[in-house]
Amino acid sequence: MLKQIEGSKAVAEAIALCRPEVICAYPISPQTHIVEALGEMVKAGDLTPCEFINVESEFAAMSVAIGSSAAGARSYTATASQGLLFMVEAVYNAAGLGLPIVMTVANRAIGAPINIWNDHSDSLSQRDSGWMQLFAETNQEAVDLHIQAFKLAEELSMPIMVCMDGFILTHAFERVDIPTQEQVDGYLPPFDPRQMLDPAEPVSIGAMVGPEAFMEVKYLAHAKQMQALELIPQLAAEFKQQFGRDSGGLVRTYRADDAETMIVAMGSVLGTVKDTVDELREQGHKIGVLGIISYRPFPLKEVRAALVNCKRFVVLEKSLAVGMGGIVATDVRMAVSGTGLKGYTAIAGLGGRNITKASLHKLFLEAEQEQLPPVTFVDLDWDVVNKQLEREKQNRHSGPIAENILYDKGMSSSAKFG
Amino acid sequence: MSFQPVKFYQTGTYTVGNRLLAPDARSVQAGELRSNSINSGHRACQGCGEALGARYAIDAAMAESNNQLIAVNATGCLEVFSTPYPESSWQVPWIHSLFGNAPAVATGVAAAMKVKGKNNVRVVAQGGDGGTTDIGFGCLSGMFERNDDVLYICYDNEAYMNTGVQRSSATPPTARTATTMPVGPEPGNVFGQGKNVPEIAMAHGIPYVATATVADLRDLEYKVRKAMKMHGARYIQIFVPCPLGWGSASHDTIRLARLAKETGMFPVFEAEHGEVTGVLKIRNKQPIEDYLKPQKRFAHLFGKHAHPEMVAHLQAIADRNIRKYGLLDEEKAHG
Repeated sequence: MLKQIEGSKAVAEAIALCRPEVICAYPISPQTHIVEALGEMVKAGDLTPCEFINVESEFAAMSVAIGSSAAGARSYTATASQGLLFMVEAVYNAAGLGLPIVMTVANRAIGAPINIWNDHSDSLSQRDSGWMQLFAETNQEAVDLHIQAFKLAEELSMPIMVCMDGFILTHAFERVDIPTQEQVDGYLPPFDPRQMLDPAEPVSIGAMVGPEAFMEVKYLAHAKQMQALELIPQLAAEFKQQFGRDSGGLVRTYRADDAETMIVAMGSVLGTVKDTVDELREQGHKIGVLGIISYRPFPLKEVRAALVNCKRFVVLEKSLAVGMGGIVATDVRMAVSGTGLKGYTAIAGLGGRNITKASLHKLFLEAEQEQLPPVTFVDLDWDVVNKQLEREKQNRHSGPIAENILYDKGMSSSAKFG
Repeated sequence: MSFQPVKFYQTGTYTVGNRLLAPDARSVQAGELRSNSINSGHRACQGCGEALGARYAIDAAMAESNNQLIAVNATGCLEVFSTPYPESSWQVPWIHSLFGNAPAVATGVAAAMKVKGKNNVRVVAQGGDGGTTDIGFGCLSGMFERNDDVLYICYDNEAYMNTGVQRSSATPPTARTATTMPVGPEPGNVFGQGKNVPEIAMAHGIPYVATATVADLRDLEYKVRKAMKMHGARYIQIFVPCPLGWGSASHDTIRLARLAKETGMFPVFEAEHGEVTGVLKIRNKQPIEDYLKPQKRFAHLFGKHAHPEMVAHLQAIADRNIRKYGLLDEEKAHG
C-alpha cells in the first residue's frame, strides 16, 4: 500500500511485517523513531507475539538479542553511532556465534566532537565484525532491504545490518509502498534456526576455542559472506517476483554504459549524484554511477565489472580512514587492482555536512580532467583548518581543537553577517 | 529458614550428601536422580569452590525445574574450565557470550521462552564476582530493574581468579591480590572500598535475594529451589573459596566457607522484595583470625611484620555484620 510516511515509521512497519519475536530498544538518534513505533505496535497488541524490551544500554540491546536469537526467537534491534560503538563487543560476539540478528543502523557520525548528523563512520567501523551490511538508497529500499535481510541472515545464520542514512532517510517523509502481510509471509518463512538452546536437546554454545580450531571458525564466517555474494542477487530476484520491484542486490549502475568517468557511492547521496550526472550528461560528459548496496560482503567482481570499461573513477564516501584516506575507496581499488584505472577518493559529508550538486559538479569535472589529488576533502574550510594548525604551531597550550574551530567559525560568520 | 531434619555438623564434602537419610529427606546432591549438571572431567583446580557451588546450584535448579533449564554463563573460570571444546561438562543447554553481558543474554533467552510459550523452561545466569559486581554490573542492574524472569547466581571468590587473582569490587580489605600487593605501610586491599551487591540487589526491590556458602549445602539447595519457585529477577550470591587465589589448602575449601559464615565475614541471609526475611545464624562464633590465618592472601597481617590494627578492623567489620543481620542468637550474643 502506498503511504506518505516517515522513513523510520516505514521501516518499523516493514519490521513488524517480518514478525520479529524479540525487539530490544534503546534510544539514540536518529534510529529512535523506529523502535518507538515498534514499541507502540507491541503495546497496542498489533504486533504479537513479540517481546519488546527496554534495555539499559546498546551493549545490553545486542546481548539480549544474542540470548533471544540463540534461544530460537527472531530478534531485531536498531542503533546508530555511539550506540553501535558501545555494543561493539557484543556485535562481534553475535557474528562469531553465527546468530541471524537483524539490526538497523541509522548511520550517524562518531564523536568526539559529538555530532548527531549523518555519515557512514559508524557501521563502516564494524566492517570486519562479521556482520553483513546493506546500504539503502531510499526509504523504499530501506523497507525492502529489511525484508530481504531477515531471509538472508537466517539462511546463512549470520547477522546483518541494514544501513540507512540518519535523518536524510530516517526522518524524511516520502512515498513508500508498504507490502501486505500476505506478501511478506509468502517471501519470508518462519525462523528455523540452525542452532538453538533447548532443554530437549542440550547443546553448549560459546565454548572456548583454541588455536587448533579458531581459524577454521573465522574462515567459515568469511565463507558465509562469500555465499552471501551468491545469495543476495538471488534474494533480490525472488523479491522482485513477490513484490514486483527491483530492490537490493549487490551493486547498481546508472548511465554507466559508455561512461569514461564513474562515480562510486553508497546510500542516499546516490540521489544527488544521479541528479548531477544527469545534468553533466546533458552537457555531453560521459559520466556514470556505481551504487554499492552490499558493502559487506564486498562485491569485488561486480565492482570490477562495473568499472573496468571506464577511464577513471571517483569514490565519493561519507567516511574517513584517519591517517590513510578512504575506507570504501580502499575496497574499490582492490576490486580494480591490475587494471591501471585512475582512482580518486573524495571524502564528503562528514558529520552531516551537506553534499550539494554544485560541489559535486565541480568535483566530477575536475576528476574528468584528472586534476584531482588522490584524496579530496569536499568543501573543507581550509582557512579554519590552517588557522588552527597555525595556532598549534604558535602556542603549546593551544586548547581544545573543536572549540577553537567553532570559535573561528563563529568569528568568520559574525564577520560575514555583522 | 532452611530445613534440616538431622543436624549434622558437616566437616567436609563427604558428609554433605546425607545418604543415610530416607530418600525423600536427602539433599538434591545426595539423591539418585541428581542431574549431574556439570559432569566430571572439567578443568577446575583441586578444591575449587566455584565448581562445587555451580554443581550444587545448577543441580538444585534442574531438580526444581524438572530439568527444563537453560544456563547462561559469563566469561570466567567456570566458563573456561567447563568447556574446553570438544569437551563440555554441561548437561544443560548452555551459552557463553561475553564477560559483562550474562544477565542481558539471560533476559533474551527468557524473552524467547516467553514469546514461544515455553513457560516451563526456566533461565539461570551465572558468573564470578568480577563478571557480576564489576564488568557485568550494568546489565545485572538492568535485568533486576526490569524484573526479568532470570535467576542470577554469582559465585563469589572475591577476586578475578581466571586472569591471575586481581582485585575486584568483591575483594575484602587487606587481601593480597596481584593488583593489591602486600607491600607498603597498609599492605593488601584498602579499607572503605568495594560493593555489597546482595544489598544493592535488594534495593532494586526484586522478589528474591539470598547469600549462601558451599559449606551449607542444604541451605544453598533450599535457596536455589525457593528462587526457582518464584518468577521475576532473583539473585543468589554463593561464597566459594578459591585455593589458588587465596593461597589456601584445597582441602580447606569447605572449612573456610564455614568460617566466613561463622565469623560473620560473610553474612548468610535471604530477602524478599528488599526486606530481609531470614538469616542463617552463627552456630559457634569464631574469631576472625581463625578465618584469616589459613589463607596466604592474609599472611602479611600476621608474623614478623604483623598488622594487628588491620585484623581488628576486619573483626569490627565482621561484628558489624553480626549486629546488622542479627547473626547471633540473643543469649549467644551476650553470653
